[in-house]
Amino acid sequence: MGEPMKIRAALTAGATEVKVLMSHEMETGQRKDAQGQTISAWFIQTISVTCNGRTVLSAQWGPAVAKNPFLSFKFEGGAKGDKIAVRWVDNRGDQRTDEAIIA
Amino acid sequence: MDSGRRTILKSGGGLTLLALGAAAGWLDCEDALAQTWNKAAFDTHSLGDTLHALGGDEPAQSQDIEFVQTPEIAENGAVVPVGVTSRIPKTESIAILIEKNPNMLAAVFDIPAGTEPVISTRVKMAQTSNIYALVRAEGRYYVAAKEVKVTLGGCGG
Repeated sequence: MGEPMKIRAALTAGATEVKVLMSHEMETGQRKDAQGQTISAWFIQTISVTCNGRTVLSAQWGPAVAKNPFLSFKFEGGAKGDKIAVRWVDNRGDQRTDEAIIA
Repeated sequence: MDSGRRTILKSGGGLTLLALGAAAGWLDCEDALAQTWNKAAFDTHSLGDTLHALGGDEPAQSQDIEFVQTPEIAENGAVVPVGVTSRIPKTESIAILIEKNPNMLAAVFDIPAGTEPVISTRVKMAQTSNIYALVRAEGRYYVAAKEVKVTLGGCGG
């Protein structure tokens, strides 16, 4: 499940700027622990962002995205009070969805 | 002798069930992810291979792709901010590739109509390397590169 994401969505000059901070280890599968055992890969693979149900961004990530991933982008057509939902799925099939309102 | 055979049959049956269960679970998981996660593309080690896995051909060098918020020198390779802005009309997707990482492709963003082709995120870099921004617009691929020097690797153990 993971910790809740931090999502900010703000209307600026006609476009909505969305900033998301996710909580995830994003383990690469390249590192070894103190015993020399490889730590298996664990990372977010797919992300989708919707505004009132309309997809405004989707992405596929590899393990090279930094730990506790940050993402920001802008889209047109959002209005104050619209609902932004961000969903991720990781390579273990775990997933999380969080929502925010455009301010 | 007969009872021995029974035991073997039983244990064999149990194993088969276990295997089936595992396979079913694995298949479910793969199915859910296969729709969107392009494993072949994320396993590649060169720009050409990545492009091929994404379904593209030779990319054109472009002045209309710009790196923003991307440092010349990154002190910590574990957290390198990367921002990409595309001024190419009808940009459909932006991919970020890091040449000298174990696997080259870091992320692919699909940009639907109405979303600005301006993306920023943070990536890991194993060492000083070129970062490529690969943009798809109307089925054609465009590329731009920027070198980022890393003073401390992001994939050390």
